Amino acid sequence: MREPIIEARQVEKFYGQPGGNRIQVIAPLDMSVYPGEIVALLGPSGSGKSTLLRMLTGLATPTGGQVLWHNKPLHGPCENVSIVFQSFALFPWLTVLENVEAPLKARGIDAVKRRKRSLKMLDTVGLDGFESAYPKELSGGMKQRVGFARALVVQPEVLFMDEPFSALDVLTAENLRSELLELWEDKKIDTQSVFIVTHNIEEAILLADRIVVLGKNPARIRTDFRVELPRPRDRKSPAFTILVDYVYKVLTKPDAGSDFQLAPTTTTPILTRERPKYQMLPHARPGGIAGFLEILSDHGGHADIYHLADDLMFEIDDMLPTVEAAVLLGYLTLFEGDSEITSEGQAFVEADILARKDLFRAAALERASLIKQIRRSLETKADRTLPDEFFLDLLEEHFSQEEAKLQIETAINWGRYAELFDYDSKRERFFMPEEVAAPTEENSEENEVGHGL
Amino acid sequence: MSTLPHALKSERTWPFFLDAIVLGGVIGTVYLMMVVGRYWFGAIVPAAEISRSPRAIPMYTVYSLVRMTAAYVLSLVFAVAYGYVAAYNKRLQAAMLATLDILQSIPVLSFLPGVMLAMVSLFPTRQLGVEIGSVILIFTGQVWNMAFSFYASLKAIPKELREASRIYRFSRLQEFLQLELPYGTIGLVWNSMVSVAGGWFFLMACEMFVLGKRDFRLPGLGSYLQSAASDGDTQGIVWGLAAMIAVIVMIDQVVWRPVIAWADKFKMEQVESASVAESPILHFLQNSPLLTRLTSQTLAPLAERMYLHAAQRHQEKPFKMSDARRGRVVRWIVSGLLVGLIMYAVVQAFLTLRGVTSTELLTTVESAGATFLRVLVALVLGSAWTIPAGVAIGFNPKLARIAQPLAQIAASVPATALFPVVLLALISVGGGLKVGSILLMLLGTQWYILFNVIAGAMAIPSEFREVSEIFRFNRLDRWRTVILPGIFPYLLTGLVTASGGAWNASIVAEYFHFKGQVLSTFGLGSLISSATDAGNFSLLLLSTVVMATLVVSVNRLLWRPLYRIAEQRYKLEP
Repeated sequence: MREPIIEARQVEKFYGQPGGNRIQVIAPLDMSVYPGEIVALLGPSGSGKSTLLRMLTGLATPTGGQVLWHNKPLHGPCENVSIVFQSFALFPWLTVLENVEAPLKARGIDAVKRRKRSLKMLDTVGLDGFESAYPKELSGGMKQRVGFARALVVQPEVLFMDEPFSALDVLTAENLRSELLELWEDKKIDTQSVFIVTHNIEEAILLADRIVVLGKNPARIRTDFRVELPRPRDRKSPAFTILVDYVYKVLTKPDAGSDFQLAPTTTTPILTRERPKYQMLPHARPGGIAGFLEILSDHGGHADIYHLADDLMFEIDDMLPTVEAAVLLGYLTLFEGDSEITSEGQAFVEADILARKDLFRAAALERASLIKQIRRSLETKADRTLPDEFFLDLLEEHFSQEEAKLQIETAINWGRYAELFDYDSKRERFFMPEEVAAPTEENSEENEVGHGL
Repeated sequence: MSTLPHALKSERTWPFFLDAIVLGGVIGTVYLMMVVGRYWFGAIVPAAEISRSPRAIPMYTVYSLVRMTAAYVLSLVFAVAYGYVAAYNKRLQAAMLATLDILQSIPVLSFLPGVMLAMVSLFPTRQLGVEIGSVILIFTGQVWNMAFSFYASLKAIPKELREASRIYRFSRLQEFLQLELPYGTIGLVWNSMVSVAGGWFFLMACEMFVLGKRDFRLPGLGSYLQSAASDGDTQGIVWGLAAMIAVIVMIDQVVWRPVIAWADKFKMEQVESASVAESPILHFLQNSPLLTRLTSQTLAPLAERMYLHAAQRHQEKPFKMSDARRGRVVRWIVSGLLVGLIMYAVVQAFLTLRGVTSTELLTTVESAGATFLRVLVALVLGSAWTIPAGVAIGFNPKLARIAQPLAQIAASVPATALFPVVLLALISVGGGLKVGSILLMLLGTQWYILFNVIAGAMAIPSEFREVSEIFRFNRLDRWRTVILPGIFPYLLTGLVTASGGAWNASIVAEYFHFKGQVLSTFGLGSLISSATDAGNFSLLLLSTVVMATLVVSVNRLLWRPLYRIAEQRYKLEP
């Protein structure tokens, strides 16, 4: 095989906790970028894709392992790479031309050459005539074109893209994607490889020669395979759909195992390390779970999650937490992307509002450990209240600070819905509401407001 | 650029006039600079005779303007440097921020003796010493909020913009000029306006003062006004006031409006906003062929050369160990010197404070209480009329269109200049300075509350108001559930600024030279002023320390927790 441009060896990222615990964000993994390929890094949101990208470019330093750039260890940002950012990251006070010229200026290229190269690049990405406009005068798609021009004008060895199309509407994204591919195919852009981070499965399969799928908590490579479909790729072709289903299964399968040898071609060995033992609550709202189950029930009780998301015009990534929550509560079984509602789930769907709360309460107490823990802890207290910090401290042993807060937030949502406990956002305390027939309307309303703001 | 050919076609003579105006302006400025320069480098005249003739006013205005400009430029440079170091030096950050907090709470007059004596002994024979002293005094009243604003901007730069500048290998210089400075510009502009307004407020105190036995009087608008005031010369006061208001309005038109219009491009907005600030003067400057040619042939190549140089150094910079070691040695020496200096100052301060008698200590504490109450009353009175008025203006676009410019003019008139007029009125009514000083504080600080309340009321989404109408909230409920929570964060900002301003204003509000005698009332401000006048340094130091401690602890114990609440509960997020 050819020599890689960038090679990551056993890179990992973790955060040390005061208690000596460490939060592993990215498990030690190997990854290389070779010349002449488009690599897509695919993973659920929050899986550490962007962190990995930043470690490969040298913007972030890995806590362990090493990133090699042409076999030499990397210190500081890479010499010759570019990033296209999700938020465009254009300088609003510079004109389009000045934005594209800025990286050349940084390389000490003189004014005349700088202008010539920038204008040519602007022409290539279809921004002829917009040189003196300011970014805020442009639409999102146009802004990202400027982002591409700025990235390409320095002729980077590797063009990194961090969810470059996520901030654009569907049509604009589609258009830009195909134009990029055209430029790449026609060798009109001076870059040896492209590395794109995305959570959109179709996008990855449309663009990439190689797809790396990342798991979550901590991030590890679930599969790494080549896409051998001929270009231009047709979304509706059977081969394409099969591949989408396959990637989807890899993404949704909670535990990565060796059965992924099913992959069409090569699979890298999967590093096994202990996952955090603490169960994680998926960030789903009870209302969302109920809604999803209702739809599934209307579909006859079973459906392929990916197709369901597609039908509903949902990003699969946005729907995943709801699906995971339904599985956790025992309302749903998931097998390789095919979901089937359980009898408990069916009972939940058919119940009325109050009965649903009862069912939810029982299921959450039985299966969701954080919910159970909060309820039990409150029961042991004479005054039936506890500060949220008590649980935050516990959670931070297992999750990052941010995630711990999200866990608490989700627990509050579930607890309120199940009427197991409530939360006083003013005093930042959990409490058990008085055992009255109905929860006090005023109370929950006020808390909702406090929470929402 | 596109407007230039168009202008050439339609009005061929127009650019010529533009150039003529620019040229005239340049020549005039150079002449005035020469006059000022001759005076600055001339023999020292610590107590100039202040002429009361209206004909003296133009030149006095020029003197004052030069002082203000010098102080402002100094403030800007210092603020950017301080903010930059505080934001990037992890070790110094906390200490530098705390220092900022304390310095901000020290009134201008407390810097006076130290600054003046140092400068005069530095240039014993030249007017320069006194002038620099006065400039530094104005500087101490302007710089802190600007420094804090730049620091905060640097900390708030979006992560992806930073990453872009790193991955594209910007040199330090390029990162500063194309990312950091532009990002901080909006904050710097607004804070500059506040600071310069504050400079006018204290101009009288900075141009004319007594220091022990020495009398300092610098020719300028401030000293003109003050000498007119202390003689009770009504005509002089009117002339001086008119000149000052004219200058302030002119600066607003000629400087701030173009600057605001220019700064519009530094807004971090994704979409162009509907209302764009415009300024004919900015248009003038940007379309003058002379200026355009001048920048394209001098500034642009110079900047180009700097960029190239910085880029080359940045590109070839391999990380050298020796550099780091040398840097470390320098750092040790600098920090050693700094620590030594601070220790010396602390020891000296203690030695000075030993001269304080116990009665003085008691008086200081009591007068602190008196001023505290006065500040409180001023804030309550100020809120009492500005909250309803501000909400009414903010809710009614028609009213806002009329009231806002008026209020802005009213606010830009330095309250100190109005003091004599107010005092004359008070004396004829018979209120005395005890009540009068509250009024004077109010004059200087109520605008901060008013403007913030207007902004807050405008920011309340109309849906909230519609809800309160649909459900027929009564007046009390409407205020309690919609208006007060909505304006709370803004009101808080206004109150914090106003209370800081009121503390500072107490030094001029509680102690006043009037008709050849001293009018004063019991309070910390008058204590500081009289200690300066009498050259009683130990008392000055003590009262300053008390004031700084009070202001800082009120900030920490009252405003900061309130800010946290505002952030958490009353922030309207999309």
